[in-house]
Amino acid sequence: MTRSDKNPNPGRNAVTVRGLVKHYGETKALDGVDLDVREGTVLGVLGPNGAGKTTLVRILSTLIQPTAGTATVAGYDVLRQPRQLRRKIGLTGQYASVDEKLAGFENLYMIGRLLDLSKADAKKRANELLERFSLTDAAKRTAGTYSGGMRRRLDLAASMIGRPAVLYLDEPTTGLDPRTRNEVWDEVKAMRDEGVTVLLTTQYMEEAEQLASELTVIDRGRIIAEGGIAELKAKVGGRTLRIRPADRLHLRTMAADLDASGLTGLATTTVDAENGHLIVPVQSDEQLTAIVAHLAAAGFQLADIATELPSLDEVFLSLTGQKASAPQDAPARELEEVSA
Amino acid sequence: MSTATLNKPAPVEQQPLLNGEEDGRIGLRANLRHTGALIRRNLLWIKKDPESMFDALLMPVVFTLLFVYVFGGSIGKAMGGGHDTYVQYVIPGMLAMMSMSIAQAVGTGFNEDFHKGIMDRFRSLPIGRGSVLIAKISVEILRMLIATTVLMVVAVLVGFDIENWPGLFAAVGLSLLFGSAVMWIFLVLGVTMKSAQSVQAIGFLVMMPLQFGSSIFTPTANMPGWLESFTKYNPMSGLADAARGLMTDQGYPVAHGLWVTLAWTVGLTAVMAPYAIYKFAKKS
Repeated sequence: MTRSDKNPNPGRNAVTVRGLVKHYGETKALDGVDLDVREGTVLGVLGPNGAGKTTLVRILSTLIQPTAGTATVAGYDVLRQPRQLRRKIGLTGQYASVDEKLAGFENLYMIGRLLDLSKADAKKRANELLERFSLTDAAKRTAGTYSGGMRRRLDLAASMIGRPAVLYLDEPTTGLDPRTRNEVWDEVKAMRDEGVTVLLTTQYMEEAEQLASELTVIDRGRIIAEGGIAELKAKVGGRTLRIRPADRLHLRTMAADLDASGLTGLATTTVDAENGHLIVPVQSDEQLTAIVAHLAAAGFQLADIATELPSLDEVFLSLTGQKASAPQDAPARELEEVSA
Repeated sequence: MSTATLNKPAPVEQQPLLNGEEDGRIGLRANLRHTGALIRRNLLWIKKDPESMFDALLMPVVFTLLFVYVFGGSIGKAMGGGHDTYVQYVIPGMLAMMSMSIAQAVGTGFNEDFHKGIMDRFRSLPIGRGSVLIAKISVEILRMLIATTVLMVVAVLVGFDIENWPGLFAAVGLSLLFGSAVMWIFLVLGVTMKSAQSVQAIGFLVMMPLQFGSSIFTPTANMPGWLESFTKYNPMSGLADAARGLMTDQGYPVAHGLWVTLAWTVGLTAVMAPYAIYKFAKKS
């Protein structure tokens, strides 16, 4: 192997997944997934609970075996070369995978030793990473006493000890408060800027936007959309504009009028007849103003307008015209259990 | 914050990857190193939480005092002697009991480990599948050794006479050997069962008949025939009998008990160790 980390070849795939299938009895956790993560990029895998994100990460980190399909990571096959592959990956799971009874330093030192570093190197590397993730002051404290954000940072540090070619971040900020989430994002951004290849799974559009350069949207084990963030964002919109006409009967004519006006760009207007409003993805304040002005000029009476960041549901709605599978679905729960 | 991070020199990720053998096989030295690092983890746990040693320290004291003073007089008399006769009889039995009781604890601890993400990390690292389990067993053997030491101190205090010192060491060695074989069963339970409570419950159900349906606490001659036959091949009897013969000069035979114990030790390890490692590697 003469793989050179100093010159990551941007055209090369770090992760290649083809036709990946994983069944748990009747439940199809993954139902034919294709993925490419290019070296030095961050791929976001966006999907609701039970979409198959964790199953995907677990297969790619050799924790479980696929029912069918192939996957290679850093040039190694997950099925045929799991031992070599494990040297190339770092994993930060949904649940912090550190030993809560050990101090921060002891956690990192142990993993260094397990990765065949000498005692001196393991110690050096542990201290290096503690500093890098701003944990030096807490190095001697038991990880169980860490705050949620500190634990995730320790988890990230643990994943980085082996200088992985590919880092998996499985919902790295799920369950964190917004401030702590920002802390973790900053760390991931720094790693991204250093050229680490990352496969990130998330339930939040905003997180994908912040961290990933490319996005794959997954639901019920299938990929339903993929592409550059900008591309998908153009479809989904940065914000969602909700417009309620004074007269419900105008919903469809208003939608048709808006789409015909070209003001919605690549996206199309969605009619939410149930709640009596239109949903329009918008990219900018100018576009928003133009849309409202256009409707006013066309003589429509508006009862209410509101903007919000698109929820995952709305992302799915705009991408597929379907609602995302609800997290309370039975299969979703089963998957949660499997991944726990 | 991110700018500060960016300004730090020498991004650590740009250095050469860790070296490893090309086919990814893990050599003996590496395996020993990994097991050592994991043993250290388990020892640090004890250091952080000394209360976790209470069972190993107190169980031998409590059980020895109970059996010697509650049953000692009656059973000793029935054996044609007295308190002292029973002490010489039951202490080697206690050694056998201790090996199994401590071995059982490995299952619950291991099961709890699985409810945290750390096992996922271990299983995604390039380390031998067995090293996590072997480290666990090594530390439990250490706990057994401590429990055994406490047991022997208490035994001498209640009047046990160590009549054969080399025999004592042989008996302790045998009980550690058998105890480590039993641990593989509890590791399998620890990996496969859903909760630590169920592991404990099953462990209790398995242990009680084996410990009491044996020659640990009382001679088997007065048991019903079917039970006496069961005790003959019960490894707990085997270990107790062998320990009795080795540690004391009361004329207890060694050979049968020794063979029964060794056969169980080899059999259990041969079947359960690979099965436990397999289950550990396949656990999803």
